[in-house]
Amino acid sequence: MEQILANGLYLGAQYALIALGLTLIFSLMNVLNFAHGQMYVFGGFVTYTVVAQLGLPFVVGLFVSAMTLAVMGAFIEKFLFRPVIKKSTREESTMLLAAGIAFFLDAVILLIFGEKQRGVPKIIDGVLNWDFRIIMPYDRILIGCLAVAMIIAFILFMQYSKTGRAMRALAQDRVAAQLMGVEVDRYSMIGFALGAMLAGLVGGLLVTITGVNLGMGGPTSIKAFLMIMIGGAGVISGAIAGGFILGMMESIGLTALSSYGDITYLVIFATLMVFLAIRPQGLMGKPWG
Amino acid sequence: MNIKQIVGVVVFLLLVFIAVPWAIASSGRWDFYYTLTSVALLSIASAGVWLTFYIGRINIGQGAYALAGGYVSAVLIMQVGMNFWFTIPLAGIFCALLSVLIGVPILRLRGVYFAMVTLVLTEVMRLAALALPITNGAKGITSIPLPQELSLFGLTLIPDFSTLENPKLAFYFAAVSIMVICYAVLWRIVNSRLGHLCRSLQQNEELSASIGVHTAYLRVLAYSISSFFGGIAGAMFVAISQSIYPSSFQVADSINFMLNCFLGGLGYVFGPMLGTLVLYFGWDLLFTTGRYQLLIYSSLLIALILLLPNGILSIFSRKEKRS
Repeated sequence: MEQILANGLYLGAQYALIALGLTLIFSLMNVLNFAHGQMYVFGGFVTYTVVAQLGLPFVVGLFVSAMTLAVMGAFIEKFLFRPVIKKSTREESTMLLAAGIAFFLDAVILLIFGEKQRGVPKIIDGVLNWDFRIIMPYDRILIGCLAVAMIIAFILFMQYSKTGRAMRALAQDRVAAQLMGVEVDRYSMIGFALGAMLAGLVGGLLVTITGVNLGMGGPTSIKAFLMIMIGGAGVISGAIAGGFILGMMESIGLTALSSYGDITYLVIFATLMVFLAIRPQGLMGKPWG
Repeated sequence: MNIKQIVGVVVFLLLVFIAVPWAIASSGRWDFYYTLTSVALLSIASAGVWLTFYIGRINIGQGAYALAGGYVSAVLIMQVGMNFWFTIPLAGIFCALLSVLIGVPILRLRGVYFAMVTLVLTEVMRLAALALPITNGAKGITSIPLPQELSLFGLTLIPDFSTLENPKLAFYFAAVSIMVICYAVLWRIVNSRLGHLCRSLQQNEELSASIGVHTAYLRVLAYSISSFFGGIAGAMFVAISQSIYPSSFQVADSINFMLNCFLGGLGYVFGPMLGTLVLYFGWDLLFTTGRYQLLIYSSLLIALILLLPNGILSIFSRKEKRS
């Protein structure tokens, strides 16, 4: 039982970090970023290149990955999303753009990094063994703790920095924020860059454990959508809650339902649909997002 | 219907039923038949997605119904031994009923919430197809026979496909005929009282409910018609590929159905048809570029959205405004 909870917490910390980026972009611009999973994979490959091929320390890899994705996010917002949002009659048109970007990133990843599964060597060796009740490799614990630290740093940033306050104002009411002197365009760009950066960070963290490959992008996006649906779209606390809940459900489901075959996700999806029928806006979301 | 529209329809019918087969026969590119048949079928499913857009919902779950329709048709042919042509409407009806069951709770959602739930629905259907015993799991149902003869009082309406010398051409005609019927139905719906009510839902659901429109009933109705289209497209697909697997229609397909609608233009009934043609045919034509296929394809897609964010057909409406 302790093992299941530990696995759930570890998975949840990663998932929450992915969901945070997605929900940030959504709350600021009302854009459902289909390319989030691809951004995550891209970050993983950048870290792999820096760490495994150039032989630099892991921290540098993580930093380079975060910066690459942040710059990429800023450019995507400025040159792609902003003009399309201004010109289109229906807001949903951005979905087509996001899907186009997802295809584009897939193609770029395929051309630059190839289709092989890639991973980096373990950062630290050894396995924590607590009386055979919890067995977990040290590097997983480290990654889990790093993820939690980043979530806390992100929350503090959003709560107390000027940029964070501006973005929260923007998420609450775009027009009102503009009237109060918030530079909407600038903070939208920063927000998108920050969301993409979070995807890059998770990619960099996970490449040490599970590795990355080209096909991971789409399923990761779907999982991230699940999380923000559980918690409520566009709400930061909701994304964190959703991430941990999904991590826990996956961990418990894989153990409890293993005798019935591979139906964990089927059960999770079915539960989610029933849950959403009762509470459409998720745990903490605003109605009609 | 004015004269201009009738002429347009006649030209379109001449194009798909006479000009295209003639062009393919004279150029010898028989492989285009398969491509065009797929375009016709996918545009039926996209038409369904378009109808849900018409009531103001973003539907990324059409793949689920296409898969369900395909399995219904495959199971009926293989285990009951039913004639393929009867399984098409049955697949559609099954999907419509299924969509009522699923739609009643989830159609209360709006915006991205509905979009994400339907996206998850596609994944649910794929996993269900893997887990249920009747679908034969990941192995799928294979070597499904070609469509049999359909006759009425001894008069052959549709010949047995396995006796034809060119089943590809027959499939093309069948798929295009169904597509024409579906779009005619869609056009009729949009230009009827039902269509006007749907449009009021798209603009403001509370307001239309307050003046006495039965919104809950209407959106379930529109969603089930949409799923009906998805079901028949899936059933027809099974007949052509003669097999179905849980991965026949997945999330990527559902997203493509949605993209077809966006690309063609959400304000135009024939938008999804054009969008499907451009997306699917474009992808096929770029095949010669090899490993750069996806790169070129996605760049063109992004460029197209930047230039025409309201869909390809919005070119025409812009011209009208200027003059």
